[in-house]
Amino acid sequence: MKREAILSRRQMLTRAAMGGAALGLAGCDRLSNATGSRSVLDAAENLTRGAQRALLAPRDALAPEYGPADLSPGFKPNGSVDPDDPDYVQARDEHFVNWKLGIGGLVDKPTQLSLADLRQLPARAQITRHDCVEGWSCIGKWKGAPLGPILTAAGLKPSARYIAFYCADTLEQTLDGTGQYYETIDLVDAFHPQTILAYDMNDEPLPVAHGAPLRLRVERQLGYKMAKYVMRIEAIESFDKMGRGRGGFWEDRGYEWYAGI
Amino acid sequence: MSVSASEISPNVGAPHSDGRRIIYRHTLLVRATHWINALCFVLLLMSGLQIFNAHPALYWGAQSTFDKPLLALTAQQGSDDSIQGVTTIFGKSFTTTGILGASRDESGQLTERGFPSWMTIPSYQDLATGRRWHFFFAWLLVLNGVVYVTNLFARRHLKDFLPSGRELRAIPASIREHARLRFPRGDEALHYNVLQKLAYLSVIVALPLLVLAGLTMSPAIDAAFPWLVTLFGGRQAARTIHFIMAFYLVGFVIVHIVMVLISGFLNNMISMITGRYAIEEGRREA
Ligand code: HEM
Repeated sequence: MKREAILSRRQMLTRAAMGGAALGLAGCDRLSNATGSRSVLDAAENLTRGAQRALLAPRDALAPEYGPADLSPGFKPNGSVDPDDPDYVQARDEHFVNWKLGIGGLVDKPTQLSLADLRQLPARAQITRHDCVEGWSCIGKWKGAPLGPILTAAGLKPSARYIAFYCADTLEQTLDGTGQYYETIDLVDAFHPQTILAYDMNDEPLPVAHGAPLRLRVERQLGYKMAKYVMRIEAIESFDKMGRGRGGFWEDRGYEWYAGI
Repeated sequence: MSVSASEISPNVGAPHSDGRRIIYRHTLLVRATHWINALCFVLLLMSGLQIFNAHPALYWGAQSTFDKPLLALTAQQGSDDSIQGVTTIFGKSFTTTGILGASRDESGQLTERGFPSWMTIPSYQDLATGRRWHFFFAWLLVLNGVVYVTNLFARRHLKDFLPSGRELRAIPASIREHARLRFPRGDEALHYNVLQKLAYLSVIVALPLLVLAGLTMSPAIDAAFPWLVTLFGGRQAARTIHFIMAFYLVGFVIVHIVMVLISGFLNNMISMITGRYAIEEGRREA
């Protein structure tokens, strides 16, 4: 008699605990989607950006650089690896000889730069660690033209607050065209010495899988900020009207605009 | 984690006629930080496992050596149409279908998944949202921890967790007592015993380490403090240490909860809610 009573009490407690856990999990799913709780969760991003920028600001600190012995034998390409957008396919088949990088938006002197033009500019080479938001890391050598001097030459208007990168690849098929890859960074990152437009990877021309002919490197943030297949750069005041308004392809799909962690 | 700094003042409350004495054991600050910590721990663990599922493999060193993971949770095609969950640790593989590598989704279908959906926040695969939860509660955990540790030092409570040499020599005896489920009574119950001290102390060390390893995975933090990556042996090593520390704390929490259950569940819960703890007077019995 007594034993049964204890058992059923134990069963009751176990059931209550399991029921509670299931309710909790369902609650977390619900909170993940409700706009109110979502904006509370998302507030942490501003805290992280503020704190990390405060730690980095006084020193324009550089991301760690590695030696040639550290290069990854198989640097993993991610996202688009072989875009089939017709304009891109044509440029690729012409080995990018007619390809030009457009620079415009809120600048005094809009320009166009060919690959040869870019290669003539002062270059920076760096061996850095690429951290994917998924969790893995690879080390690669990048050579390219620092973005800061290019923007200075184009003459940023005072209203410019962000730099936008328009890419050749459609990563998701959508009806409204918001599946086209794009990214935005602020001027702190745009003028950081390690922020370069890379045309070489591991001492070879940038392969298609890694963003040929030109990709962005923003070494103090995660991989999705480093737009590949860059076609056009614009200085802008706000990214509200681009894509779905969150400042990038992955940002439009819930990821943080500030990807410092 | 109940890193409960004891506010033990033996003078509170004289023995009751029934041989019990009520003492004031935990201050409001300790009780509040304890429960906030417990909430953060559960949510950080579950959102962390969601993040882990985006690339369910761990490595050592600076980068991912994809063909030589320390740990990998994968799915393989079985002989028929079904898939099998496979866990690989140090090159040795085990079938773990249903829990690790492959488990059932809402519709009951076996799908490729590192940890199963009942262990992750959200329950479905969504790295972006998992990260939002993780970093929100990481901030709360850190702010809560700063309050707790400041109080720990300001009130000189760290010594409550530091065992004396005599206590350390008595560890085997204490283990025997625990194994017989004999718990201290009377004045002995006014202080943590040596095993409790060591367990709580290890958490006071492990949690900051876990946080530091988490911060080391940030490329921005690595630019600001490059020595952090060196300290942990590389970013992927930091990720592995983050994972191991998280599961060390899971182990602590399980033992902690079992001890709370068997050493007077109601009394313990009441003391962590109201601060008041009842001590049985007299000699311990078998
Ligand atoms: C301030 C506190 C914390 C920070 C800054 C932090 C940071 C991070 C970061 C950046 C990741 C992503 C790793 C990746 O890219 O794959 C991560 C993953 C994870 N976190 Fe945390 N975390 C914190 C606290 C915790 C706590 C308290 C727990 C445990 C309960 C935890 C458990 C996990 C787990 C299990 C993962 C997934 C795999 C791994 O990287 O180990 N985290 N955390």
